[in-house]
Amino acid sequence: MNTRKIEILVGLFVALGVLAFAVLALKVANSGISGSGETYTLNAKFENIGSLKARAPIKVGGVVIGRVEGISIHPQEFVPVVNMTIDANYECQFSDTTSVSILTSGILGEQYLGISPVIASESARQSCFGYEVAHDDASDELEDLFGVESKALRNGDLITDTKSALVLEELIGQFLFNQGSE
Amino acid sequence: MINFFQKLGHKTLSRFASLGRSTSMLFGALVNMPNIRKGTPLLIRQLYMIGHQSLLIIMVSGLFIGMVLALQGYTVLVGYGAEDSLGPLVALSLLRELGPVVTALLFAGRAGSALTAEIGLMKATEQLSSLEMMAIDPLKRVIAPRFWAGFISMPLLALIFSAVAILGAHLVGVDWLGVDSGSFWSIMQAQVSFEKDILNGIIKSFVFALVVTWIALYKGYDCIPTSEGISKATTETVVHSSLAVLGFDFLLTAVMFSG
Repeated sequence: MNTRKIEILVGLFVALGVLAFAVLALKVANSGISGSGETYTLNAKFENIGSLKARAPIKVGGVVIGRVEGISIHPQEFVPVVNMTIDANYECQFSDTTSVSILTSGILGEQYLGISPVIASESARQSCFGYEVAHDDASDELEDLFGVESKALRNGDLITDTKSALVLEELIGQFLFNQGSE
Repeated sequence: MINFFQKLGHKTLSRFASLGRSTSMLFGALVNMPNIRKGTPLLIRQLYMIGHQSLLIIMVSGLFIGMVLALQGYTVLVGYGAEDSLGPLVALSLLRELGPVVTALLFAGRAGSALTAEIGLMKATEQLSSLEMMAIDPLKRVIAPRFWAGFISMPLLALIFSAVAILGAHLVGVDWLGVDSGSFWSIMQAQVSFEKDILNGIIKSFVFALVVTWIALYKGYDCIPTSEGISKATTETVVHSSLAVLGFDFLLTAVMFSG
């Protein structure tokens, strides 16, 4: 067989290989949040994480906005700390009063993190982005009312309002306890 | 008794010697790269022999393995009402394990044995010695292009295998058994990660390519130059490289996916 034909056939082979790679990369793998695009990190302390795993999705109203990066134990308090990576478009958008809960998709499904967002006030958002904030009367009044100014969540912040995973044994235990006390 | 220890020691030493010879052969083939202008036609010829001619068996086996995986997976998953998870089941098992491993096993049978027989016969008919007489290094002229062709071909073949198998699974799962096409792809995309699954699979197949091609070339290069020796070397190539692939697969899986 002449060299030219062999060259063409080898080229075909390599092109098929590259095509297969493209199909796998684009059609099979997620081209979503992990790996592509800017992200920022948030942490949240839980009492109990149930069976939450790294790479579990983080959802706002069912829409995935990030993934669980890792889970570790707080060195002093011995409670689990969940490390989350979230799409950078949502940096400085949520107030620090936002709550996070561990939810389950379906009956047998995987556990995921649901964020119930509290939208950060305009002044908190601006101070989060690093702008000078002009204090207006309304925000001062709110501050007087609640004592503290709410801040917007930025890279590395800790979310304090968390709801742990439901553990079946604890639920049954609580139920029995309530029954007994009646 | 003394005889036994003598034999044991002799065997151990000759094992080490053959490991040393094979390493020096690989090193010789890698360091004495033929220059680009002269080496490329040789490499392309070997890519054709090793890669392109293995395409058919790889694609057909991939198609059937994908279809069987889909059929088997479906019967189990449908019992839990989870037949939508057929996509990630098939894709993950193919990308992480079956793609690289089955390709390596087929490659050892299809191309590895041919490499051993070819080089063994070259040795038996003293072609390798004649090359040396003409001051051409057979490592450079014969071994190096074959090694690189195997090293390049196998990851490409493994990628083709996985892609064709996933299409085969789609054929059976979606077109025949009636899994929803949208959820087949979307759940697969949600579960398969590019870095963790696809890239690790490619790294695996590069390791297998190195192991299988190395064993095949060494067995041919080191065989006893008789017809019996060549047949023994060819058998050893298939047996040793299949075992090595399975062993390395366990090690790599333990490193990559256990965490």
